[in-house]
Amino acid sequence: MTLKTVLAALFALCLVSGVAIAPSARAEIVIDVNQGEVRPMPIAVPAFTGAQRGGDMAAVITGNLERSGLFAPVNPAAFPERNLDIGIQPSFEGWKAISAQALINGQVTVEADGRLRVDFRLWDVFSGEQLLGLQFTSTPENWRRVAHKISDAVYERLTGEKGYFDTRVVFVAESGPRGDRIKRLMIMDQDGANPSSLTDGSYIVMTPRFSSTSQEITYMALRPTGSSIYLFNIETARQETLGRFPGMVFAPRFSPDGGRVAYSVERGGNSDIWVMNLASRSQSRLTSDPGIDTSPSFSPDGTRIVFNSDRGGSPQLYVMGSDGSGARRISFGSGRYMTPVWSPNGDFIAFTKQQGGQFHIGVMRPDGSDERILTTSYLDEGPTWAPNGRVLMFFRDSQGGSPHLWTVDITGRILRPAPYPGSGSDPAWSPLLN
Amino acid sequence: MSFDAKRAARLALIVAATASMAACASKPKPMPAPTPTPAPAPYHPAPAPAPIDTRPIPGSVQDFVINIGDFVYFDFDRYDVRSDGMSALDAQASWLLRYPSVKVRIEGNCDERGTREYNLALGARRANAVRDYLVSRGVASSRITTLSWGKERPVDPGSNETAWARNRNGHTVIVEGAR
Repeated sequence: MTLKTVLAALFALCLVSGVAIAPSARAEIVIDVNQGEVRPMPIAVPAFTGAQRGGDMAAVITGNLERSGLFAPVNPAAFPERNLDIGIQPSFEGWKAISAQALINGQVTVEADGRLRVDFRLWDVFSGEQLLGLQFTSTPENWRRVAHKISDAVYERLTGEKGYFDTRVVFVAESGPRGDRIKRLMIMDQDGANPSSLTDGSYIVMTPRFSSTSQEITYMALRPTGSSIYLFNIETARQETLGRFPGMVFAPRFSPDGGRVAYSVERGGNSDIWVMNLASRSQSRLTSDPGIDTSPSFSPDGTRIVFNSDRGGSPQLYVMGSDGSGARRISFGSGRYMTPVWSPNGDFIAFTKQQGGQFHIGVMRPDGSDERILTTSYLDEGPTWAPNGRVLMFFRDSQGGSPHLWTVDITGRILRPAPYPGSGSDPAWSPLLN
Repeated sequence: MSFDAKRAARLALIVAATASMAACASKPKPMPAPTPTPAPAPYHPAPAPAPIDTRPIPGSVQDFVINIGDFVYFDFDRYDVRSDGMSALDAQASWLLRYPSVKVRIEGNCDERGTREYNLALGARRANAVRDYLVSRGVASSRITTLSWGKERPVDPGSNETAWARNRNGHTVIVEGAR
């Protein structure tokens, strides 16, 4: 119990001091997120004790863990004790009796300057071992982010994978009839909290994508006068166009370093992929094929681009160097492959596949091997990766209906609606917040 | 008697009968004290209403949409103009040549059976295929712009073969110069 942990303090949220965690002992309770058959781990999250928000924080953490599909939160009605003092070991016998494998307890304190201090501990109920003990300090209005940070810490400790709960999602909120949809850019926390409109719906917006290095998105707007691609700063709401183009411009996406945007430009009916250096605004053309070339997505090291092309007769996935060199096809299954998105870990490419009257979200290795179909419906489209590369969000449309946001893990086992009740499409998952 | 003469005689009878009825109706009643009323104006039957021409004004947007047709349709994932599309576009081209001040925007549309980005590219191909065909029939390319809506603006909200077929189209939209 000696290891001190100190995490960076940024964005009005900071970890003041580390608390002890077990130095070397690997928890016996570990979840393998890459395994197809996982029984969700029973976990108990009683209301945090102390000044305020204790119950709310426990509820946010419980919701995050439950939605991941890897945890089965125990019904609070069964809890053997409440108001657990974080200075005292819980009575594990009682928690064992209700089959909780893991237990989180915490305490909220108001500091002299009005800030909240949140201490929490994660316990292995069966060994009685403390797996995690951390303290966060934050302004009171940021209590949800503290709960997300705690969720991330718990997820990482128990799965060995980074968490993805302290994140946001930008998407397109849809309303109105099919032939005249109103589309607004919207942002929300990944758990559906704090939804807020970024555009007013006076023009069609599509395909927002996050920068992995800043609070910026790039997206496409479509008006009767033509299309545009924009940079939009989420913090300041400032937006700027990336220039005028001879024809349609669409499918923008940032490079991993945030310094470039790749996109499609159409001239005389032919769409090719271009890239723009954001500092110099210089553009270079990466493809010059008569086929449709679109949906570019960089590898996390920035050296390669996967994209969608019908140069071979039907839409398929190709990988080329980020300078446009050496394009080769990677999708060879039956069906039509579109919207490839490189995982932030680099190990998978997610895509939309159309086959036999159905649409699927799937993943494959960057060389095209190990194709795995994760979802099937009338229309599933547009996957976006959670920053840990283990969960995807996409949208699902129904016949004659309207689209909704869904999530699926890379095993395809944990498929569920995203926590946004309205109609939405084109989700883009943010990186972990600082 | 010629037809016109018969008709004139019948009209004259009707006029006379109507005039006498009017005269009867205006005859003063005995009680109460008669009030003088002005003599009725001679009856002039309203002229027979001229048939209203409901046809669109030649050279108008309605003329183009109703008499020529503003849509051509495409097969799934195709952008080559079909033979039915060619005759439709031939008619569009002659109309556009007759009204040289008209400018158009060709909008390419797709069914929902494709991804948003791919369909933006496919819609652009369709719009350009229509544009190229009109230009090949003599319409100045300076009068034509193109736009792809991808799958964003289906004319048929349904999710079936009929709807998809209608939603795979090139739509010629008049933007200026129509009467």
